[in-house]
Amino acid sequence: MMPALGTGGVNPWLAAAMIAGVAITSTIGEVCTAAAMKSIGDLDEIRARSGLKGAIVAVLTCPMFFIGVGFLALAFFALLLALNHLSLSLAGPASASLTLVTNAIAAKIFLKENVDRRRWTAAILVCFGVYLLAH
Amino acid sequence: MSHPKLKWSQYAILALVGVCAPLGDSFLARGMKQLPSISLDHPLALIAAVFHPWTAAGILMLICFFACYLTALSWADLTYVLPTTAFGYVIIALLGKFWLNEQISPYRWAGIILITIGVGFVSQGPSLTKKEAPENVEVQS
Repeated sequence: MMPALGTGGVNPWLAAAMIAGVAITSTIGEVCTAAAMKSIGDLDEIRARSGLKGAIVAVLTCPMFFIGVGFLALAFFALLLALNHLSLSLAGPASASLTLVTNAIAAKIFLKENVDRRRWTAAILVCFGVYLLAH
Repeated sequence: MSHPKLKWSQYAILALVGVCAPLGDSFLARGMKQLPSISLDHPLALIAAVFHPWTAAGILMLICFFACYLTALSWADLTYVLPTTAFGYVIIALLGKFWLNEQISPYRWAGIILITIGVGFVSQGPSLTKKEAPENVEVQS
């Protein structure tokens, strides 16, 4: 039997689990980071008011930022693991396109962002576009 | 609905977000492919992998990406910033075509067109959801 394309002989379910692991940890990390940055405020304004040091202090004194970074670090190592077993053309676009959709859902639920028809359409177009780029 | 337009410096930050992420991923992939297969039984081998030159270069690019990404998230919604990051895949594909003379299949051209339309679509809308009382942190310098 031919191995599944791009999985490099890895069980397709294990490949899907690796990609899902990247998407889930990445989504949690990005939502927490976005929440942290929104609570801090516009970094450009903070930098204009308090300098670069002030902007760095504002970010580093926000606990939610570290929760987000923790999950993004987990996502990073999950991606390293996936890249070690799967081809970049599969692992990169698959995790990126899945993350776009899960992020849109999470941003609407947890960040109360106005994910209108325009943003849903953009997320789905980009999701399919990233998938097609892998071919 | 009226909404504030982004400044050129803010578009430049979004462009850096888009370029640094796929370059970092490509460097990481090259580094990881040069290493022997890492098993889940030896997770510490992943830590050692970050000291490989290509992996380290990938991490540097991803640090640049992260600094720009945090800045973008401070003045734009997550669902506005994320589609624009995917535009980096288009830049990489076009660099491959015109710089490395790689062939781009019809599927890839379709992907490039879809991402471009998607990013153009989201960029025409408001970059930030208006909240009742935005919370600001006072910073002492």
